[in-house]
Amino acid sequence: MKHFNHLVTGLFILTGLLMLGAIVLALGIAPDPVNLATPTERFAQRIFYFHVPNWWVGFLAYLVAAIAGVLYLISRREQWDAVGVSSIEIGLAFNTIGLISGSIWAKPTWNTWWTWEPRLTTAAIGWLMYVGYLMLRSAIENSQRRARFAAVFSILAFLDVPIIFLAIRWWRTIHPVVIGTEGGQGVGGFALGPTIQLVFFFCLGTFTLLYVTLMLVRLRVEFLSQRVERLRQHLMFR
Amino acid sequence: MRHLRKILAIVAKDLIAELRTREMLGAMFVFALLVIFIFNFAFELRAENQRTLAPGVLWVAITFSGMLGLSRSFIREKDRGSLEGLLLAPVDRGVIFLGKMLGNALFIVVTDLIILPVFVVLFNIPIATLPRLGTIAILGTIGLSGVGTLFSAMAVHTRAREILLPVLLFPLIVPVILSTVKLSAAVIDNLPLAEVRQWFSLLVVFDLVFVVLSFLFFDYVVEE
Repeated sequence: MKHFNHLVTGLFILTGLLMLGAIVLALGIAPDPVNLATPTERFAQRIFYFHVPNWWVGFLAYLVAAIAGVLYLISRREQWDAVGVSSIEIGLAFNTIGLISGSIWAKPTWNTWWTWEPRLTTAAIGWLMYVGYLMLRSAIENSQRRARFAAVFSILAFLDVPIIFLAIRWWRTIHPVVIGTEGGQGVGGFALGPTIQLVFFFCLGTFTLLYVTLMLVRLRVEFLSQRVERLRQHLMFR
Repeated sequence: MRHLRKILAIVAKDLIAELRTREMLGAMFVFALLVIFIFNFAFELRAENQRTLAPGVLWVAITFSGMLGLSRSFIREKDRGSLEGLLLAPVDRGVIFLGKMLGNALFIVVTDLIILPVFVVLFNIPIATLPRLGTIAILGTIGLSGVGTLFSAMAVHTRAREILLPVLLFPLIVPVILSTVKLSAAVIDNLPLAEVRQWFSLLVVFDLVFVVLSFLFFDYVVEE
């Protein structure tokens, strides 16, 4: 446990430093994209360095939770349940931040806070699903049953996301797709130069590290609370 | 064949229970009717906008009333203490799932089939569209009751019970609602099927995937 605490402290300091670096890079070093006309748009575009990595972490967290769900159902070890709930709580936090930062970006670029566009709508529905996950957990007392239901729900929810996305995508889309061959399309889209790419991937790495750090802290809390629960049972039945 | 008889036995059990108490079908039908009426007041449906809003109104009515039936499905078993009996029956858990699912689907389809003619009359839609609307309703109902039965079995073991079911179920069945609304709109506007084929495929794929997944996961949900 002591080594673990040192590891977490070290990771915290490292992530904090990298995050400072990411802010400097995103606001100061990264050049303006060439094809954005107005200063407002160019200024607002910088949210991209935090908005997209933020979404990546949200997605990663839900993926980890679904995998942990499968592993729990196979092995029935409560560690996997701890991984699942920790990951989804973090994912939900990032999901919320992503919805807010996306909204802030959408206002100057699309001139609206909200639009029923595939990615936004899928994100909002995903948010509702995982809030449901936490409500489901809090409504079950038996810890094994809670772990089982949570695992089943997190797997089903994760598998549903691509179908929901596909369904909503068959409506009109205005979200910029900046990575891949369609670069620069969509309202407010822009092309990625080499420096922009470098800064972007730096931010992506920093956010992933932030996820790992938060995950370890959250897992420690979960393991401790499981231990408290075991001790309580032990004392009660002695 | 052996399994089919067991599945049908469970469906028959639910059907007999319903015929004796008549507590669900009546409520589901009246509730669906109420939803249609409330939409009428809320949106002041007139001849100009009726056609565009009608599919949405229909599917809100069907999913909401379906939710009533789904949440009762396992609560009824639990309250009468028959859930243990059902689980102790010497059949596969998968058979129990399929039986309960078919029973739920049957109740929702019956409600659909009563509500559709009323809907067609109230919204002044050609009666010839009824068979196609009915087919869409059946396909949508399968998607609804597959994962709905699984979640109903989950919700009954929680403190919140029937409150939790819609919260868990609605986000997951968004593809069903989207595709059935699109398909119904196409039928009402008399568009050729080719234009909405993708929605049809989406609905069928969703039905298949989520019935199979719910079937597989049911075992984990009801184990003690």
